[in-house]
Amino acid sequence: MTQANQTPDFDALAVGEVVAERHVHLTRDALVRYAGASGDFNPIHYRDDVAASVGLPGVLAHGMLTMGLAVQPVVDWAGDPARVADYQVRFTRPVVVDPEQGADVAISAKIGQLDAEARTARVDLTVTFEGATVLGKAQVRVVLA
Amino acid sequence: MPVNPELQGREFPPAAPYLVGREKVREFARAVFATSPINHDVEAARAAGHADVVAPPTFAVVVQEHTLAQLLAEPDAGIDFSRVVHGDQRFTSSRAIVAGDELTARLTVSSVKTLGAHSMVTAESVISDAAGEHVVTAISTLVVRGDD
Repeated sequence: MTQANQTPDFDALAVGEVVAERHVHLTRDALVRYAGASGDFNPIHYRDDVAASVGLPGVLAHGMLTMGLAVQPVVDWAGDPARVADYQVRFTRPVVVDPEQGADVAISAKIGQLDAEARTARVDLTVTFEGATVLGKAQVRVVLA
Repeated sequence: MPVNPELQGREFPPAAPYLVGREKVREFARAVFATSPINHDVEAARAAGHADVVAPPTFAVVVQEHTLAQLLAEPDAGIDFSRVVHGDQRFTSSRAIVAGDELTARLTVSSVKTLGAHSMVTAESVISDAAGEHVVTAISTLVVRGDD
């Protein structure tokens, strides 16, 4: 278990600093689990035949699953999920999840901007799969006051 | 069929209230690889000053989904769901969602744009609690692919 509720020291942060890194291994089970939890049962996220029939390279992770897991290293760094005040992403490239090998998603979280008055940090995420970025303009605003 | 440009500015009636369950929060947290005890453990959440377990930052999508269903069902919208791709997503929160919240979401179509054969529909769902206070605004851009 991660330790909760330890807020980073705002004054010690610097723009460009990498505050969290993580690899997440996605399997088909993870997609089914997310489908159930979110209510998004689009079959392109669990059926190869349906994915192929609409011209996709394979079964894809839900964009919202990728968005959801990518913010978690920031949540753990910030110490409390409630510190995330704003989170945005652009879905630029799909994550294809192989039925046997799964898919490895790499996340790197770096300080993009600091607002000393509001004591908020903008954390910029780089999220990659097979060496290519899958989320564009992935930014998390974290309140550290 | 292109998306109806007259959708722009359209406001929808509030979706049915959504009651946030503790086990639902835990289920969603497991699904997005959220391991913070504040997402799972009531005592840890209370120790951090919350009324109950705190939902992950993207949980609002579950509530927003009901408003997007209203939009896709709109008879004159011209949105073919099989051609919809999620373009971008944003959540702007006044506070975190916690188990026990009763949330009401209300959708407005903020813009409809055409880019070649594709249409881009941006929809904003404002989510409020039982007291009518703002909790989170979820903004989605849906890209509706035109005929190739």
